[in-house]
Amino acid sequence: MTYIELLVPALIAGLLLCCALCLYRISNGPTAADRMVAIDILGTVVVGFVAIVMALTGKAYLLDVALVWALVSFVATLALAKYLVGKRLNE
Amino acid sequence: MNETIGLTLIVTGVLFDIIGCIGLVRLPDVYNRIQASTKCVVLGTTLILIGSLVWLASLAAMIKGLICILFILITSATAAHALARAAHRSGVELCDQSVVDHYADDMPADDAKNRYEKQA
Repeated sequence: MTYIELLVPALIAGLLLCCALCLYRISNGPTAADRMVAIDILGTVVVGFVAIVMALTGKAYLLDVALVWALVSFVATLALAKYLVGKRLNE
Repeated sequence: MNETIGLTLIVTGVLFDIIGCIGLVRLPDVYNRIQASTKCVVLGTTLILIGSLVWLASLAAMIKGLICILFILITSATAAHALARAAHRSGVELCDQSVVDHYADDMPADDAKNRYEKQA
C-alpha cells in the first residue's frame, strides 16, 4: 500500500512538468502555429490529469469533465487553424 | 491486482507524456513538434485513461472512459492534421535540415503565389 503513496506524487509532478513544458512553448514559440500546437497538446495532457484525479478520488463523474475538455479543445484548435489560414469560419 | 496493473499503465502513460512534451520543446520546427508531441501525448493519455479505468473497475466509468479514449484518438489526429495544413498554408518555414516538401509542390498555383507573397 505504501508504494502507491510514494508513486502518486511522482505521477502528479510528471504531469505538472508536462504542463510546464507546454506553457514554455506557448509563452515563447517563434510563430503562432507553435503556440497553437502547444495549446492542443496542453488540452490532451489535462485530460490525462483529470483521469488520474478520477482514479485517485474514485469519482466517475470526472470523466465527463475530461470528455468536455477534449471536445472544447478540439473545437478551439480547429477554429484557430481556420483563423491561421485566414479563411472565414463558415467555409 | 487491479491497482498494480492500473498503476503500471498510468506510469507508462506519464512517461510517454513527458517524452512528447520534451519533443515539443526541443525540436526545431512546427512540423517536427506536431509530429512528436501529438503521437506521444495521445498514446500517453490513452494509457493513463486505460490505467485509471482498470484501477477504478466500475462499469459506468468504463463506458464513459472508452468513449473518451475513442474521441481523443479520432480528434487529436484531426486537429494535428488541420494545424499542420494551416501552418503550411500560412507560410511557416521548414527548418534548415528539411530535405523535401511535397506539399508545396502539389499546391495549386494561386495558393503558391499567396504563400510566396506572404514570405516576400
